[in-house]
Amino acid sequence: MTTSNTTDLSHAPKISVRSMVIGLALIVLAPLVITGAMNLHQFQVVYRNKVDNELAVMIERHSFIVDSFIEDRLSDVRVITRQHPIERLSNADFLRQVLNLMREEYHGAFVDLGLVNDEGVQIAYAGPFNLEMADYSSAGWFEQAFANESYVSDVFAGLRGSPHFIVTTQRRIGNEVFVLKATIDFEAFNALMEGIRIGDTGFAFIISRAGKFQTRPHFEVALNRAPYAGVLDGRIRSDRILVVDGENLLGQPTIFTFAPLKQGNWLLCYQQETSDALGKVRRVVQLAIVALLVVAAGALVISFFVSKNLASKFAEADRERTVMTHQVIETGRLASIGELAAGIAHEINNPVAIMVQEAGWIDDLLNDDDPTSAENLEEINRAVGQIRTQGDRCKEITYKLLSFARKTDPSVREVILNDIVEEVIGLTSQKTRYANVQIVKELNPDLPAIQASPTEIQQVLLNLVNNAVDAIGQPGGTVTVVTRTEGDAVVLEVSDTGKGIPEANLGRIFDPFFTTKPVGQGTGLGLSICYGIVEKIGGSITVESEIGEGTTFTASFPRETDEELQTTKPNNEREDL
Amino acid sequence: MIEPSVLVVDDEVQFVETLVKRLVKRGVKVSSAHSGQDALDALAGGGATRTDVVVLDVKMPGMDGLETLAVIKEQHPLVEVIMLTGHATVESAIEGMKHGAYDYLMKPCDLDVLMEKLNAAAVKKHEHEAKILEARATMIALRRGD
Repeated sequence: MTTSNTTDLSHAPKISVRSMVIGLALIVLAPLVITGAMNLHQFQVVYRNKVDNELAVMIERHSFIVDSFIEDRLSDVRVITRQHPIERLSNADFLRQVLNLMREEYHGAFVDLGLVNDEGVQIAYAGPFNLEMADYSSAGWFEQAFANESYVSDVFAGLRGSPHFIVTTQRRIGNEVFVLKATIDFEAFNALMEGIRIGDTGFAFIISRAGKFQTRPHFEVALNRAPYAGVLDGRIRSDRILVVDGENLLGQPTIFTFAPLKQGNWLLCYQQETSDALGKVRRVVQLAIVALLVVAAGALVISFFVSKNLASKFAEADRERTVMTHQVIETGRLASIGELAAGIAHEINNPVAIMVQEAGWIDDLLNDDDPTSAENLEEINRAVGQIRTQGDRCKEITYKLLSFARKTDPSVREVILNDIVEEVIGLTSQKTRYANVQIVKELNPDLPAIQASPTEIQQVLLNLVNNAVDAIGQPGGTVTVVTRTEGDAVVLEVSDTGKGIPEANLGRIFDPFFTTKPVGQGTGLGLSICYGIVEKIGGSITVESEIGEGTTFTASFPRETDEELQTTKPNNEREDL
Repeated sequence: MIEPSVLVVDDEVQFVETLVKRLVKRGVKVSSAHSGQDALDALAGGGATRTDVVVLDVKMPGMDGLETLAVIKEQHPLVEVIMLTGHATVESAIEGMKHGAYDYLMKPCDLDVLMEKLNAAAVKKHEHEAKILEARATMIALRRGD
């Protein structure tokens, strides 16, 4: 008997390696990515805080240095102003001596020295420019210098035409006020800021509250843009150290840091592109991404192999299941035949018994005194006719049994459900007669064909009808077999007026080996075989039951013209010999 | 030699008819029934006194052989029953014997064998009845004796 059947594999659920790989990789990578991202974010926040703090500390230190520088220069000038009498200070030669001394001492920070009287006239001058007797009465700093004991100006071009700034201290003699004015070398001052260069893009410079550059910025800076504009017009408070985010002229995210100088008259500004300042973070992120990619690749490779392995195991299990299903179906079919055979043996006994009786009767008649009497001849003729009739009946019964037992052909072809219903009802007529069961057929004559193995459909129907008859039991009842179409499906319905199936069992009736019949009377395979067969050809089988009312099994089959079934058909055309 | 009076019960009408003819030819008094209920009716309708042996098919639609046997044994305990079975129902026949059937026969059966069993059963029944009569007579005699 052939039990292998290639079409079954196509019905087995396909587990795609790709979807499994994706699934596994997701399971492995998702937590990795999430925790990685969280850690990185945390790291960035912490690191950013650290950078901000470092920048603040650095800028504070430099603001202190700049403030000290200015303060020191002012003290120098103040010392000279207080130390020497005004007569000496009025002497240009003396001033030159002092200037030389100071230049030596402070490495050229001072450019020149001059004494200005309260009319704004520089009465003595020492320095590289010819500014003796210059009139400063209209200079911007003049008023300030005479109003305050000491004064530090902003950077300006002045009479000499090059940027510089001055520090001044007063000296009062009676009603007269003199101002000693020292010019600070702009380049020397500038060098203070030029020295602050961090990374590739970090640089510092000084601006005045009025928005004038006090030192030259290393890169171009636009003071009319955020955040400078905001700081300068007071929208952003800057009386303490301030760190803000913004964009530089190139559009790069940049960290801006500000510190007040000169009692808030100037601002020490520092800016650095964020990516530059956080360069370490970028490297960490890059490292993390590389690590993640390596892990991801590893996970993909592993999950690919695992999936492939699993898929092949599934396929193997599927194949085994198919073979098993076939064996179970075959076993169930043999069990059905056994059950049938018992009924059929009895059925065949009846005609045989009649034949034997008739033959015996003829014998009796022939032994009669006058076997050739008209009456006896007539009786013999009737008996012979009866023997023939009963012989035909035997033939029909054996034919039915044989036709069922011999057909083990699982090949799929066009099946008209109604024909099988008639066949199976004929086969079970004996059983139903003795069980007091009436079979009612409600067959749709225009039923379309389905694609299935006739033997298997026969088996499904036989199992359902047998179960229905068994469910009815002693008092007798009705089994109704209905065929109809429902949408695209061909539906077969077998209902009985039996005792019904308890709710608790309803979920298990399709399980293999589940039976409520006494030991030895049922294999528990009938319905699971039906289920297997119907599912295999793409149909479905359901059950509805009410205790005391009866049970209805509904099998629905797809209406044929299935390309796949058509094409695989030749493979299954196997004859069992 | 007692001539047994027999009731043949089987749903196969043709079988019953021919069997009846053959038994009649052998001098047996035969009546027939085609279902368990028919048989009970026949026995109840006065047939019981005339019927010695019932030949009862086990497998019949409606009331089957075993059920019929139970009722017969209940209502007419003296009537002997021979079960007639097909292959598949030998167990039922054994069950029947346990419940008071005299014997069983497998279909198709040989008429001579059937005749033997019918006679034996009839003899048993008659002996049984005779014993009952004897017992009654003894009882009456004893009553007179005191």
